[in-house]
Amino acid sequence: MATLTPAPAVLSDTAPAKHPGGLGRPRTVRVWRGVVLLIAALYFLVPMATAFVFTVNVPNVGFTLDAYTRIFTVEGFVSSLSLSLGLAAATIVLVLLLLLPAMLAVRLAAPRLKPVLEVLCTLPMVVPPISFTAGISSLLPWAQDVLAPTPFYQTIITIQDQRFPLILVLAYVVLALPFAYRSLDSALTAIDVRTLVEAARNCGASWPRVMLSVIVPNIRSGLAGASFLTLALVLGEYTVARLLGYVPFPVWIVMISGSQAQVSVAVSVFSLLLTWALLLAVSSAGVRKGSAS
Amino acid sequence: MTGPSTGGRPARTGRGLLARARSVGWLAALPLLVFYAVVFGGPAVMIVIGAFTVDGRPSLDNMERSLQGGYLIALLGSVRLSAVVAVAGAVLGTFLAQAVVTSRSRWLRESVLTASGVLANFGGVPLAFLWIATLGNAGVVTTTFGLDRFGWSLYNFWGLALVYLYFSVPLMVLVMTPALDGLRPQWREAALNCGATPWQFWRHVGIPVLAPSLLGGVVLLFGGAFAAYATAAAMVGATVPLVTLMIGDALSGQVLVGHQNVALALSLDMILVAGLVMAVYLPLQRRSARWLR
Repeated sequence: MATLTPAPAVLSDTAPAKHPGGLGRPRTVRVWRGVVLLIAALYFLVPMATAFVFTVNVPNVGFTLDAYTRIFTVEGFVSSLSLSLGLAAATIVLVLLLLLPAMLAVRLAAPRLKPVLEVLCTLPMVVPPISFTAGISSLLPWAQDVLAPTPFYQTIITIQDQRFPLILVLAYVVLALPFAYRSLDSALTAIDVRTLVEAARNCGASWPRVMLSVIVPNIRSGLAGASFLTLALVLGEYTVARLLGYVPFPVWIVMISGSQAQVSVAVSVFSLLLTWALLLAVSSAGVRKGSAS
Repeated sequence: MTGPSTGGRPARTGRGLLARARSVGWLAALPLLVFYAVVFGGPAVMIVIGAFTVDGRPSLDNMERSLQGGYLIALLGSVRLSAVVAVAGAVLGTFLAQAVVTSRSRWLRESVLTASGVLANFGGVPLAFLWIATLGNAGVVTTTFGLDRFGWSLYNFWGLALVYLYFSVPLMVLVMTPALDGLRPQWREAALNCGATPWQFWRHVGIPVLAPSLLGGVVLLFGGAFAAYATAAAMVGATVPLVTLMIGDALSGQVLVGHQNVALALSLDMILVAGLVMAVYLPLQRRSARWLR
């Protein structure tokens, strides 16, 4: 029937020439594979192509790039996009500042905490964002009542500021934890943290210097990966922002879709390209994304 | 898949250098733990308290109500949609992954895997608009082929399933490609040389080896579809009863008086369903790692 393949070799049915006895089978496989790939190509490429056609081919007008130039003039574009970018920057900084020391601590000082940290950083995947939002929206009024007589009252008001809602940053840090954790974990596993830290400390480096000159340069790819994934997450996040009543970029797209259908699709095409660019940046930063993300 | 991260620990050289770090080192994890307790623990506690409280008194009414009438229909609708997407996505994704794995073209493999990485992370609002522009009422494909004459509508259960597959199939490809790569050609040859038919090979060797990855993939797809809110909200509004849309409506104030806490009860229902599904996934992931090296 089939010839034996030496250990690290191509799959047997990919090499029909080697199978004089396998009459018909390789061809069936090839036809079958062609059909699968064709259907997949149609399913995945047609919406991208038609969405682009939809934005440039306006009924009764014909070909125009108007929708793309109009993006910048529609009211709220600048404010919503800058809000999203600001939220993303703050989220990235906060998630790294919280996560990196904790992950180093469980490696160097408290190995028994490591499984705990791992579970904590996986849990946000189990809680759907909308349930999390429901929890936040019932926590906020309660906290406001409780904290009203204390000096913290101003804090709880500040984090809900319409111009820069810190509450979203806090929520996004939680949503980003699983991705950031996995990215940093694989980077830290690849280096010998303990030896590096000991060597640096023996040479008299202070802890901040150990972090900045030794650890950070060695896990640059993991940091970049965590940052890009967090950026992609925040730029596309709709659920929490919409239900807590803020208007970052994705919420804005839905708001204008009623009156500016072409523009909203144009922005969607644009954001697909952006996702593409971000994730290519992640993979070129040398981070192998886990299959489960 | 996080590999074993506590490898052989090198002998400590610093003569108690890290002993001091050890005693206070865990404090570096403190900010994350405190943050986590407040920002994630707070809302989680509020969900549980709210779900079991009516007018400030403990009660099971909310939970009972969340499993009755329209709420139950929505919950079952979500489960049904997620199950359809998970099973269809798993089957289609596995076929696509197999087509890619058995292909000799490196270019095809690289481009499909990169595209899968992008599309598995592409969701939310832009995804909805991409499909509305393609197959919505004024979509390019709809108008070109006059599909509306045949009663076509994207804004129903099956339309939503079609759209959800756009990120589910690529996710399945990412899960299954390493698993299919791990299916050694020698196993197939051994089976065929012993007189097994291809069907028998898949029945007794292929499927059992792939089973953990397959089931894990189904679980991931289920979770993704179950938690999705933005796509459904931007696409169908309220025409398809889904639990996420119900919670969204409740949080936006479109709810009967006295039903506010039902949103929290529904959130708890969702967490329980997602938690059950995840509880299946984690042990499976560990098992599949055994064969796939």
